[in-house]
Amino acid sequence: MRKLIVAAAAALTVLGGAASAQETIKIGYIDPLSGGGASVGEGGLKTFQYLADELNAKGGILGHKVEIVPLDNKTNPQESLVQAQKAVDAGIHYITQGNGSSVGAALEDFVTKNNSRNPGKEVLYFNYAAVDPSMTNEKCSYWHFRWDANSDIKMAALTNYMKGQPSIKKVYLINMDYSFGQSVRSEARKMLGEKRPDIQIVGDELHPMLKVADFSPYIAKIKASGADTVVTGNWGQDFALLLKAAADAGLKVNWYTYYAGGSGGPTAIKQTGLDHQVFQISEGIPNSGNKAAMDFEKDFRAKTGISVWYPRAVNEMRMFKAAAEKANSIDPVKVAAALEGMKFEVFDGGDGFMRKDDHQFFQPIIISSFGTLADKAKEPFDEENTGWGWHPVSKIDTDQTMLPTTCNMKRP
Amino acid sequence: MAELIVISTLNGVLFGMLLFLLSSGLTVIFSMMGVLNFAHASFYMLGAFFGYQLTRWIGFWPALVIAPLLVGVVGMGVERYGLRNTHKHGHVAELLLTFGLAFAIEEIVSMIWGKSPVDYRVPAALDFPAFTVFSTNYPAYKIFMLVVSVVIFIALLVTLKRTRVGLIVQAALTHPSMVGHLGHNVGRVFMLVFGVGSALAGLAGVIAGPSLVTQSDMAALLGPILFVVIVFGGLGSLPGAFIASLLIGLIQTFAVALNGSLASVFGPLDPSLGASPLTDIWNVTIAQIAPILPYLLLVLVLIFRPMGLLGTRES
Repeated sequence: MRKLIVAAAAALTVLGGAASAQETIKIGYIDPLSGGGASVGEGGLKTFQYLADELNAKGGILGHKVEIVPLDNKTNPQESLVQAQKAVDAGIHYITQGNGSSVGAALEDFVTKNNSRNPGKEVLYFNYAAVDPSMTNEKCSYWHFRWDANSDIKMAALTNYMKGQPSIKKVYLINMDYSFGQSVRSEARKMLGEKRPDIQIVGDELHPMLKVADFSPYIAKIKASGADTVVTGNWGQDFALLLKAAADAGLKVNWYTYYAGGSGGPTAIKQTGLDHQVFQISEGIPNSGNKAAMDFEKDFRAKTGISVWYPRAVNEMRMFKAAAEKANSIDPVKVAAALEGMKFEVFDGGDGFMRKDDHQFFQPIIISSFGTLADKAKEPFDEENTGWGWHPVSKIDTDQTMLPTTCNMKRP
Repeated sequence: MAELIVISTLNGVLFGMLLFLLSSGLTVIFSMMGVLNFAHASFYMLGAFFGYQLTRWIGFWPALVIAPLLVGVVGMGVERYGLRNTHKHGHVAELLLTFGLAFAIEEIVSMIWGKSPVDYRVPAALDFPAFTVFSTNYPAYKIFMLVVSVVIFIALLVTLKRTRVGLIVQAALTHPSMVGHLGHNVGRVFMLVFGVGSALAGLAGVIAGPSLVTQSDMAALLGPILFVVIVFGGLGSLPGAFIASLLIGLIQTFAVALNGSLASVFGPLDPSLGASPLTDIWNVTIAQIAPILPYLLLVLVLIFRPMGLLGTRES
């Protein structure tokens, strides 16, 4: 019956083109809106709501309005499944999630099972930040699409950059104790071992996820190890508190991070006084120099009060629209088919594409450092009113980020 | 190594003293009313947010005094209009009341101040390194926290042991009806003790807020460990809470500093066994299980010494 309606709706659009907003496209946003991950989850929600408004202002997707439905998962995989089921029961066909690969893996499994059991009620999972490599390798699913570079890709890019920094001699790894943190530590060990065998790994720490109130003991340990560089995949409060403790103890090292730009991070970095010594690897930064992206950033900041943490979310939503238009349908099965292998010009400029083999999006990657901005005209954006901002130090082109996949995609 | 020991000791003592500020109020309330106040950590959070707000309006030093007083007033209100009315329905009702209150306070706080961390900074007057050991700075603010906690401990101890007020409070703990018969208003004593306990939690919040993180889940982060402290120290025992706080603070910081695992003691497992839950257990370091050590301690204490370190009774 549903299929019939969708088909009829699609037919109407094709024939008359007058069918406007018959059915709202609801996107279930399953991320933490309470608990330790709430500050990040709220930022993500604001981002998606802004993006939905942007689409709606331009007529939505094929005339359908886009609505973001917030579903609080408390960064908990079990809770996420409850919320995902709730979304399915409410007739939602698209869910998006980013915080926590443990959650991501649970949702990926959920959509795979749901879609094989309920043909005609397919759900697509748009992943904007869960970067555990297994999600596009051994656990890959046809119904999952990832817009963030997975942590292996990021680590490959990061270690390529570190390779050219002879001052790095002793590296300390500190990560959150869950799948993503574990993959960061093991990849860092492996890749640094290959690219810079002279580097000594003086510490390798896993700490509980989003539960540590005071990182001073960890900082004392880093200090005692004599490390000159710390590599961390910490995000949210676990990053902010880590840096805050480092600032208190006066720890002077270089930081190589995945998520230094998240909520509270920039403020904490400023407190450490480490000017251009904290590096981040991401798919985009506010001061990218791309005119369209910087105009977007300006308006986004004015409306939401935060920076664009997730250029990948922008890519996700815009690409969703492009895929729906290509398929001329909002049916998830057709959208999924259209997304496969799709090429797309990314938010900060440059070409990206959704690899068909594993549904991993490949895009240019930027390494940036955080500190004083030399040229305010060229780099106007600071973070969290610190006066400091992100400055690009290296850009890795899309073709340099490609890693092989072990995914054996089962297509419906 | 010496460096790590000195710094870890300092950090452990500091965290321990913060725990003590929180648990001192809780343990007295617990022993007096026989109720675990689940909302106690919420008062700590309220203290931090009041402190933050007042700091923005009138500066840190006035906030340091006023915010705990405000929290104390809220606490007294909760006792007078909440707990006293539910008291006749038994402990379970009281427990549920504080349980619900904890959620309500968290929700209210996140409605007013949002869920992101607020920008609550160390006052400029204390924002400098107090001293440097082994090239690690020790912030003056942490010394300040330590001093405040010690002062509070001494003041509380003297009040409870050496003054008339303390005498009445202690008597009311064990023989409430007798104290009532002697003409004291036991209800008011309860209310004041609850207020003072909440105010202490509030004070802990005001001083911990800038040093840790001030956001709406900070109560949940510290709440569970408080119960460990009071059970471990012995219910109603202030020196017990003091010792337990320090011990737990030290255990947690030192455990983080240790890298030992079963594998490092007995050597790695035969690789032919492959990856299994056993290899996970074998390779897990003490640092990784640091956060659960206090709870392990709680279980052990309840089994082998239910009255706690310095407690006198078992319930």
